[in-house]
Amino acid sequence: MDEHAVVTPARIGLPDEQGHFGSFGGRFVAETLMGALEELETAWLRYRDDAEFMGRLDADLARFVGRPSPIYFAERLTREAGGARILFKREDLNHTGAHKINNTVGQGLLARAMGKHRVIAETGAGQHGVASATVAARLGMECAVYMGAEDVRRQATNVYRMKLLGAKVIPVDSGSRTLKDALNEAMRDWVTNVDDTFYILGTVAGPHPYPAMVRDFNAVVGREARRQMLDDEGCLPDALVACVGGGSNALGLFHPFIDDESVAFFGVEAAGRGLHTTEHAASLCAGRVGVLHGSRTYLLDDDGGQIRHTHSVSAGLDYPGVGPEHAWLKDTGRAEYVGITDREALDAFHKLTRLEGIMPALETAHAVAYGMKLAARMRPDQSILVNLSGRGDKDINTVAEEEGIEL
Amino acid sequence: MNRIDARFAKLRQSRRAGLIPYITAGHPNPDWTVSIMHALVESGADLIELGVPFSDVMADGPVIQHACARALEQGMTWQQVLAMVAEFRRRDPHTPVVLMGYMNPMERRGMEAAVGESARAGVDGLLIVDCPVEESAEPLALLAGNDMHQICLAAPTTRPARLERLASVAGGFIYMVSLKGVTGSAALDIDSLAGPIGRIRELTDCPIAVGFGIREAAQAAAVAGIADGVVIGSALVSVLDECKNLPDAVAAVRQFVEPIRKAMDNNRELPSTPGRPAVGET
Repeated sequence: MDEHAVVTPARIGLPDEQGHFGSFGGRFVAETLMGALEELETAWLRYRDDAEFMGRLDADLARFVGRPSPIYFAERLTREAGGARILFKREDLNHTGAHKINNTVGQGLLARAMGKHRVIAETGAGQHGVASATVAARLGMECAVYMGAEDVRRQATNVYRMKLLGAKVIPVDSGSRTLKDALNEAMRDWVTNVDDTFYILGTVAGPHPYPAMVRDFNAVVGREARRQMLDDEGCLPDALVACVGGGSNALGLFHPFIDDESVAFFGVEAAGRGLHTTEHAASLCAGRVGVLHGSRTYLLDDDGGQIRHTHSVSAGLDYPGVGPEHAWLKDTGRAEYVGITDREALDAFHKLTRLEGIMPALETAHAVAYGMKLAARMRPDQSILVNLSGRGDKDINTVAEEEGIEL
Repeated sequence: MNRIDARFAKLRQSRRAGLIPYITAGHPNPDWTVSIMHALVESGADLIELGVPFSDVMADGPVIQHACARALEQGMTWQQVLAMVAEFRRRDPHTPVVLMGYMNPMERRGMEAAVGESARAGVDGLLIVDCPVEESAEPLALLAGNDMHQICLAAPTTRPARLERLASVAGGFIYMVSLKGVTGSAALDIDSLAGPIGRIRELTDCPIAVGFGIREAAQAAAVAGIADGVVIGSALVSVLDECKNLPDAVAAVRQFVEPIRKAMDNNRELPSTPGRPAVGET
């Protein structure tokens, strides 16, 4: 396989031309957005096959983002878990500290190729907002980031980072004042300013072509990991583990392994205060199929079809929907989705920090927690690759607050 | 005959444009909605667009977001919206009612059940905001089986090929979005409407109503000169949002709607269009 080729939908046949993954996905938006989505799709289909564009993207991923990110064997954590070898794909070492930059570099270049002068983004934890503001600064574009007012409070340092990068951070006070409301508001901005504005959506959710396009920009993670495993470990991992909010880091890792039947996929959702409560954000584990943000997918709603408020200690997982391709992976049985509670994630945050000197983002800590549980059930000659999707500097205030410590 | 078709036929006969107010069901108070609907008709409304509250109204501006939130806080449900229409129908068997809402509450109910019970309640059409023509096969078939229309949106950014597809399935009327933006946006440019309206008229006889950003009588009158219907939503919802009790709300509706009706009817410079009889002496 050509290392730099984007994994095209044709390889697995999905999504179809209307953006469907089986019965999921699609383009459930008002007519007011259709023109913009068609323009975006046309541009994406053109540039993903354009050698010059893809060459520029590869160069940026190498020199600006710092790719490839290494695979790291977590020896002490493996001993602690007591079972399979735990390896990390170190996306936390990327510029801006998370996998999010892979997608924003790609969409930023696409925005420029389309002649747009302004980019907008939604953000939950702030990682995607920072990654978007970073790319906008580099490309000399105006940038506005929509962020739920509750998340602005939880992620103050990332808010300041975005401002330092020249972005305008717009707090969103509607609804649950978190990621889903930021996404609504970004869409409203886009339909209003469609002529000069490009919407950098941060995850594999939303209307077609976003789920496929964001997946393809993140698939560099899985492509590298697959080659590195074969080169360094001499075999593919037995399991891949990644956290799932909207699901972009998970799909980025899973996608290039989709035909490797020996590799099991585990997506880890935020079980918050427990799946038996309503205070979680586990749409695949505990939700049902509906329509949100332009896609048919699993979501969390009440019996009247109103979208429910969700809860997670990690702002980046605090989302009531999920990317439609994950819904398809769940229903076909190709991937398994599990929940990790706030408490388990915080424990894993501390364990990884103390045992390996790696401080993970709270989102990522969910994947680490499940990786350890899974390892304990597996043999020492087996291996698990966990996507270490982001670093935890942004979360130290939240961790301190949860521990009752005043900084 | 579907009430929407009957109403537009009558409007064409009398060479008037239809006035289509939008209110959110249950806003500002669920107990007032039916009375407000009657007051709208008495003030000159030809068709009522009744919003089904939803938590995530992506295509709507702050006014309708707020109205939906207020209605939901008071426990509004899909079933209550239908009960309001049924109650309205007891006194008003003629004025068409279109429900405007989003997919998820209807899907949660089940599309087949939702369409069937809407028809029984006396609803004449559904405008499912986030259900574009590509995803419409199921609702369209169900609506047709119940003598109801799916009201389609057309936007300034809708390309010709889509417009054709849209025109081929549109029923009742085509809701033409007047500007790039969300409901309640400020900048309506009436001169920019003639082109898009002309393009739709070349494709279909279906009446065209224009909405988004129309807030007062002069604008409504100008739009009435070139379109078959005028939708006024956010401006009316803002007025209702201030009302403290039902008599206030009814009075406010009259005060808001009557001058608009008058201004629209005084604007007799209707152009001759394919879908409308030629204009005589005016």
